Amino acid sequence: MPHAQLELNRPTGDEVKTTTCYMCACRCGIRVHLKHGQVRYIDGNPAHPINRGVICAKGASGMMQHYSPARLSKPLLRVGERGERKFREIEWDETLALATKWLSDIRARNPDELAFFTGRDQSQALTGWWAQQFGTINYAAHGGFCSVNMAAAGMYTFGGSFWEFGEPDWDRTKYLMLWGVAEDHDSNPIKLGLGKLKARGAKIVAINPVRTGYASIADEWVPVNPGTDGLLAGALIHELLLGDRVDFEYLVRYSNAHHLVIRAPGAADDGLIARDADGKPLCAVRSASNRHSGAAQSAEPGIHDADHGKPDSGSLLRNVRNDEQKSSDFALTDATQPDIAPLIAGEYTLPDGRKAVPAFQLVAERFLADDYAPDHVAETCGVDAATIRRLAAELAHVAFDAAIELPIAWTDTHGRHHDSMRGRPVSMHAMRGIAAHANGFHTCRTIHLLQILLGAIDTPGSYRYHPPYPKPAPPGNKPAKSRRPDGSLTGNPLGYPQSPDDLLVDAEGKPRRIDHAFSWEFPLAAHGLLQAVIRNAVDANPTHIDTLFLFMANMGWNSAMDTTATRKLLCAKDAGGRYKIPHIIYADAYDSETVAFADLVLPDTTYLERYDCISLLDRPISGCDHAADAIRQPVVAPDRDVRPFQDVLLDLGARLKLPNMADPDGQPVYKSYADYMVRHERAPGVGMLSGWRGADGTQAGKGAPNPDQLQRYIEHGCFFETKVPEAGAYYRMANRDYLAWAQAMGFVANTEPVTLQLYCEVLQRFRLAAQGHGAVQPPEAERARVERYFDPVPLWYSEIELPAPLAGRAARSAERAAPVGGDPRENPPHLPSGHLPPQAGEGNDSYPLSAITQRPMFMYHAWGSQNRWLRQIAARNVLYVHPHTLAAHKLASGDWAWLTSPRGRLRVEVRAHAATAPGTVWTWNAIGKRRGAWKLGARAPEFVDGFLLNHLIGERARDARYGNGDPVTGQAAWFDLKVRLEHDPEPRVPGHRFEPVDA
Amino acid sequence: MTSLPAPAKKKLGLVIDLDICVGCHACAVACKAWNDGGDFGPLADDDPYGAEPHGVWFNRVHSYEVQPPAPGPRLDLLHLEDTAAPAPQMVHFPRSCLHCETPDCVTVCPTGASYKRAEDGIVLVDQDKCIGCQLCAWACPYGAREIALPHPKTTTSDTDRKDAKRGTMQKCTLCVDRIYNETLDARDRQPACVLACPTHARMFGDLGDPDSDVSKVVAERGGFALMPEFGYQPVNRYLPPRPRRDGSSTAATPPAPATETLDANQLPPLLRWLDKALSR
Amino acid sequence: MRPALSVIFFTVLSGAGYGLWCWLGVALAAGVYPSAGVGVLAPLVFGFVLVTAGLLASTSHLGRPERAWRALSQWRSSWLSREGIASLAAYLPMLAVAWLAWRGSTGGGLRVAGALLAACALATLLCTANIYRSLKTIAAWRARQVLPLYFVFAWLSGGLWLWAWLALAPHAAIGEAFPLTLLALAVIAAITKFDYWRGIDAQPANSAGHATGLETLGQVRAFEGPVTEPSYLTHEMAFVLARRHGGRLRRIALGLFAVLPVLAIVVAVTTGQAAWMAPIAAIAALAGLFIERWLFFAQARHAVAAFFPAPQG
Ligand SMILES: Nc1nc2c(c(=O)[nH]1)N[C@H]1C(S)=C(S)[C@@H](COP(=O)(O)OP(=O)(O)OC[C@H]3O[C@@H](n4cnc5c(=O)[nH]c(N)nc54)[C@H](O)[C@@H]3O)O[C@H]1N2
Ligand SMILES: Nc1nc2c(c(=O)[nH]1)N[C@H]1C(S)=C(S)[C@@H](COP(=O)(O)OP(=O)(O)OC[C@H]3O[C@@H](n4cnc5c(=O)[nH]c(N)nc54)[C@H](O)[C@@H]3O)O[C@H]1N2
Ligand code: SF4
Ligand code: SF4
Ligand code: SF4
Ligand code: SF4
Ligand code: SF4
Ligand SMILES: [Mo]
Repeated sequence: MPHAQLELNRPTGDEVKTTTCYMCACRCGIRVHLKHGQVRYIDGNPAHPINRGVICAKGASGMMQHYSPARLSKPLLRVGERGERKFREIEWDETLALATKWLSDIRARNPDELAFFTGRDQSQALTGWWAQQFGTINYAAHGGFCSVNMAAAGMYTFGGSFWEFGEPDWDRTKYLMLWGVAEDHDSNPIKLGLGKLKARGAKIVAINPVRTGYASIADEWVPVNPGTDGLLAGALIHELLLGDRVDFEYLVRYSNAHHLVIRAPGAADDGLIARDADGKPLCAVRSASNRHSGAAQSAEPGIHDADHGKPDSGSLLRNVRNDEQKSSDFALTDATQPDIAPLIAGEYTLPDGRKAVPAFQLVAERFLADDYAPDHVAETCGVDAATIRRLAAELAHVAFDAAIELPIAWTDTHGRHHDSMRGRPVSMHAMRGIAAHANGFHTCRTIHLLQILLGAIDTPGSYRYHPPYPKPAPPGNKPAKSRRPDGSLTGNPLGYPQSPDDLLVDAEGKPRRIDHAFSWEFPLAAHGLLQAVIRNAVDANPTHIDTLFLFMANMGWNSAMDTTATRKLLCAKDAGGRYKIPHIIYADAYDSETVAFADLVLPDTTYLERYDCISLLDRPISGCDHAADAIRQPVVAPDRDVRPFQDVLLDLGARLKLPNMADPDGQPVYKSYADYMVRHERAPGVGMLSGWRGADGTQAGKGAPNPDQLQRYIEHGCFFETKVPEAGAYYRMANRDYLAWAQAMGFVANTEPVTLQLYCEVLQRFRLAAQGHGAVQPPEAERARVERYFDPVPLWYSEIELPAPLAGRAARSAERAAPVGGDPRENPPHLPSGHLPPQAGEGNDSYPLSAITQRPMFMYHAWGSQNRWLRQIAARNVLYVHPHTLAAHKLASGDWAWLTSPRGRLRVEVRAHAATAPGTVWTWNAIGKRRGAWKLGARAPEFVDGFLLNHLIGERARDARYGNGDPVTGQAAWFDLKVRLEHDPEPRVPGHRFEPVDA
Repeated sequence: MTSLPAPAKKKLGLVIDLDICVGCHACAVACKAWNDGGDFGPLADDDPYGAEPHGVWFNRVHSYEVQPPAPGPRLDLLHLEDTAAPAPQMVHFPRSCLHCETPDCVTVCPTGASYKRAEDGIVLVDQDKCIGCQLCAWACPYGAREIALPHPKTTTSDTDRKDAKRGTMQKCTLCVDRIYNETLDARDRQPACVLACPTHARMFGDLGDPDSDVSKVVAERGGFALMPEFGYQPVNRYLPPRPRRDGSSTAATPPAPATETLDANQLPPLLRWLDKALSR
Repeated sequence: MRPALSVIFFTVLSGAGYGLWCWLGVALAAGVYPSAGVGVLAPLVFGFVLVTAGLLASTSHLGRPERAWRALSQWRSSWLSREGIASLAAYLPMLAVAWLAWRGSTGGGLRVAGALLAACALATLLCTANIYRSLKTIAAWRARQVLPLYFVFAWLSGGLWLWAWLALAPHAAIGEAFPLTLLALAVIAAITKFDYWRGIDAQPANSAGHATGLETLGQVRAFEGPVTEPSYLTHEMAFVLARRHGGRLRRIALGLFAVLPVLAIVVAVTTGQAAWMAPIAAIAALAGLFIERWLFFAQARHAVAAFFPAPQG
């Protein structure tokens, strides 16, 4: 172009189309600028509720993903051995016929022989439904290894979650604690929010062993030792309780703090909430007269000053001390009633004569114990006691002394009117730094307790729900256990068990699902356990799997724990030379590591070539003040012989004559996924999309299907949003205006308030079973484990993988560790005390360092490396180590060294990073690639120099009967990895390699 | 014309807030994407899928460790034994052309390809005149200029969608083809990197106008120019990270509740709560 | 800075060519040149070969060599443009000298042409030196020795070639003044270069803290660069030469461009073996200057390098 005469008014392309980004799960709105039928440029859609026009590096480079040379272009049938990458291109007809044959045989025999597992699937509303129609219980998506700890802890505690299910009140919060967050799913909203916080001068505290990214801009960095956050959060609670810095009014209004917990050791209902004849929880209130006088005046704290007549506390205390209470001092009553004055401490006698204590007291007893005293936790956490005390004081100061009041009138679920909304402007957000540990469920629950005690859930300035949340805690949907006569499951295969009766176990208590989700091993595995499928399928444990059907899950590489072993398992054969998993079908859009292991490859389109549905039935893209959903539309036509996976799935369903997919004549019910998105109804009037429903397109939420619905979406930028009524802005767990709206939208079945579960009764039900109560009880071997971890009050434990040390290597490393004469780095300084991870047992001595990964902001797992722009930012990863730790290991920044775990050892380049806790080493996740994948050149740095940490992560826990995960949810404990660093004799010779322990 | 124009009133440029940049590289990639397909592109890549991937970018994001000084004497990144040493900070630092007022990158150019616009101060390279001598890149202390030279590693399997134009110097254009572009919505008449930035760490405006938003924020936050000693007078400004309010500064620390609880501690807390008059 | 072979070839070869033309032009202008006709033409043409080879080499440094002519336009501000003009301008007196010498002329025309040739050669050298000297971004090239060294090296290497020609030419009788002048030049070159090296070694490197303006916050260390693999900037401007290597190369360069020529001249003057010694000295000096020029680039730190992490290993 002649720049002397600049053309400054050239259109950005011939045409601009809107759609939804797919380069991560954030699902921002994008504009695709097309020129000569090619993608010229992608930018953010300014109107879109998620990103408001901004776009990240992945999204902005989506076109290079779309034009990746690694795109698959035709269905593939394996001709060589698994893993060899030898395929024959076949036609779709043959492909679908083959898949139909395999699957129909299974369905006729036993639908559970199909294991259908999807990865970071954005169409779970379809895939889960499909699995249900097929009738296999063996379905799940990636949540099980991703952050189910976070999801489950939230759902069982407050009917919401971190993740994108809620967010800090970015416009009002004055204090944000980020627990173990590097990037998260909600990546652009978080960045937009952090920008706002900074502009307003709110304080940000990052609790993370590593300071990068978000933590860089935080005011305070708390370099906690990995896996010890539960202890730290517990110590914060300890301090708040000691200082009486707790929002008691909030507790009794919105949580079960005052619900009486039966204390009857040995009884079948020990630890359950005491209930009246109607099943209503009981609480103790001051004597009847007090109760009525007090209650009448106490509508809302801060608005009317509660001026109850003070009861004679002296007598109460005396009574409790003497353990004999006068019935005139208190009464038991329905705890859910309004206008009562509940008691949150003390021991009370139930009508049947047994004792009960308020749930709050049990929580307080746990966290007031010395175990959680700052001085006691300081060394383990690597955070000194004074800092913990100060952080607690800051939290309390902001929550209580800097509380805010919004002039928003609202009505609570009891019909009481309030003129304003009190806000505790303290917010928390947590992600995989908490979730990806074997104590993540309880740690996350501890953080939620911290929020609840501060009165900081869904109040102005605190964490806020995104519609369709809150839901009941836990939500009512339970995993389906049985099949209908037509072969379909009675419900979705995934859900939230509420008692042992909901588990998928056989008569002996053995798992029924291939991933052992909802078994006594991992009872609350709400998202299934993708990481366990391959091994169990190979072992036919508990059942034979004929076909493993995977969709966008890179199980042959970065999604696997112990990648080398997993790759071997995928190729495992029986004595007869047949593959132990007879068929593997894989749907991918790109030539990933996993493609190599498939028998049949279904090539998907790219995200710019298909319809997709970002449904409220799936993970929401709503914001706090609006519910939203969205679609993807094809903006360019595929130039290869590929088909949208969702279309293929519906086609397969029709060929298999699955219920609701084929009509009685055997004809497909849905022409395509687009058709399904419009016409399918889950319940009358409830479909995949909530916008422009009803025959004339005027209804939101519920309404008859509208044939023009997709057109409306496209005209409106491919998304739909409905505003939450203003009176429903906060206190949604008990806000009638909100709940009525949510019910109308189809989000909740009724307008019952959601009670925050300070005390989680569901957990106690499992514990009781372990203690020998109820019809469904764990097998003998599981009892102790269930009893320990199903504590209804959160607890902290250190569940760190500590297998036997590598005998040979340990000896060799000991030799190396011997001082070398004349080495200038001899006698390295010792690690500062208080910065070492917990020293327990011999295992820790052998593997003293914690190894973790972080998401790079510009890469999405494995996909980014085929993107010519993104791989220029990082084509290799190194291991970051505190300079002090490097020196202690006689290593210099830039050296190559061995990183050793019980699984084997990886040769990696080490580099100094001062903003890393000295006991932690880390690397960017999933930069390392397998040679041959992603159409990268033969000497690509991604595999010559870069490495995949997963090789070192064991798939089994220390107790090898269990997967390496959380004992409550099964969540993979990626970040419990313990390692040691060893000198390599040739520290200057570059090149990475992995030596497995059994090689 | 490589002689510099007389200083103009209008000085368009960027202001980058180092206090909130999280180092996400969105600006760098959005810049590459916008310019690659536009009049100033392509921004060629060499060996894009091979062993030595590299290419032309107008904007790059660095990250730095900063060890704030401690009261004590010993103070360096390698010896953090001193627990009094404040926590290291991380600062992310995007770097692109600063559209200097008196830059040598323009005057050294032998062809007149490198020029500074009189009307708004934007520094550009005329791709039709540039001979690719790279002298301007040598003259720039900020590393703002890049060039794609014929490269042996460019393989034929390379799926370059366009015949990469090579051999001429390229640099940030301040999105001159966006900011005046009347085919765009007014809101979109901003540099691609500014629109992309998810934290809004980047601002665009007239730094010659003291009343502009950018000038005001620079004045308020003490925005600084990079390496002023070269005398190039960069127009772009960086806003320094705000002081971090960690525990080390007492001002922001509220009084600990310990004092107020001393009394209450006389009672075992559980008993104390018996006394709570609560209302539901 | 990355030592680009094209630029090294250019500055060394055409430097020698212009140096040779300087001597020749001055000698002709002053009427002291001891030969005529082919005796003029031969070194003139040799100079032409050096200059032209250098110039051609330099165009291969260009991304768009076919547009090289455009470089002539910006003489008002650009030393590179001026250099282009001066280098082309030098061909005019060169042609004049050639034509006159071919015709066997020894008169005033040749004197004038010779003077112009020397002037143009000097101008070109001045421009070349200033291209480097004017780059504020590369502290090593701002050193006060850079400009004189370009002249001294040109005169030394060009002079040695002229001496070699004269020593080999059967009919030309030259005295000892010329080689001794060259000897002095070699000594000056060695001292000046040594001084230069000492100077640049003492220059403080630009730091990350200074480059980013973050030094006010504390000690700054580059953690991650914008890319993990080499890019144009790191490749071109963050070139680092291992220290160990540098010292050895400096000694070799010094030996070749100064010590050997000095010894050769001393031997030639004392034994009269100029015909042997002069070519050895000329070749040695040229080789030495290749190394010297390589180091001139390799050991010059560009200000921008401070932004990047120190290369590992
Ligand atoms: N750019 C990008 N965005 C993504 C993804 C991606 O690949 N790239 N992936 C998406 C997916 S699938 C997911 S699950 C989310 C995950 O989002 P994040 O949870 O933000 O992802 P991680 O990078 O795993 O971050 C874990 C963080 O926890 C820290 N950490 C590790 N152990 C501990 C600990 O014990 N305590 C504390 N306090 N911190 C700890 C790590 O240092 C790291 O900063 O991101 C999503 N977003
Ligand atoms: N060490 C370590 N390991 C981890 C983690 C960690 O933090 N540390 N994080 C874990 C977590 S939370 C997650 S979610 C996993 C994620 O890991 P994966 O789910 O394995 O990673 P992805 O890169 O999302 O790749 C999934 C597959 O989807 C394919 N794909 C991309 N686009 C499309 C498409 O349009 N259609 C189809 N059909 N396929 C497509 C890709 O080619 C790829 O093969 O990694 C886990 N592994
Ligand atoms: S955050 Fe995710 S969805 Fe949003 S633009 Fe980036 S990659 Fe796309
Ligand atoms: S930053 Fe560099 S390229 Fe840009 S105007 Fe200044 S000197 Fe020139
Ligand atoms: S590379 Fe191009 S723009 Fe730069 S100085 Fe040379 S001719 Fe001018
Ligand atoms: S202003 Fe435009 S050209 Fe310059 S860095 Fe930003 S996006 Fe790139
Ligand atoms: S886009 Fe914004 S936050 Fe991200 S690196 Fe660029 S300036 Fe920083
Ligand atoms: Mo994930």
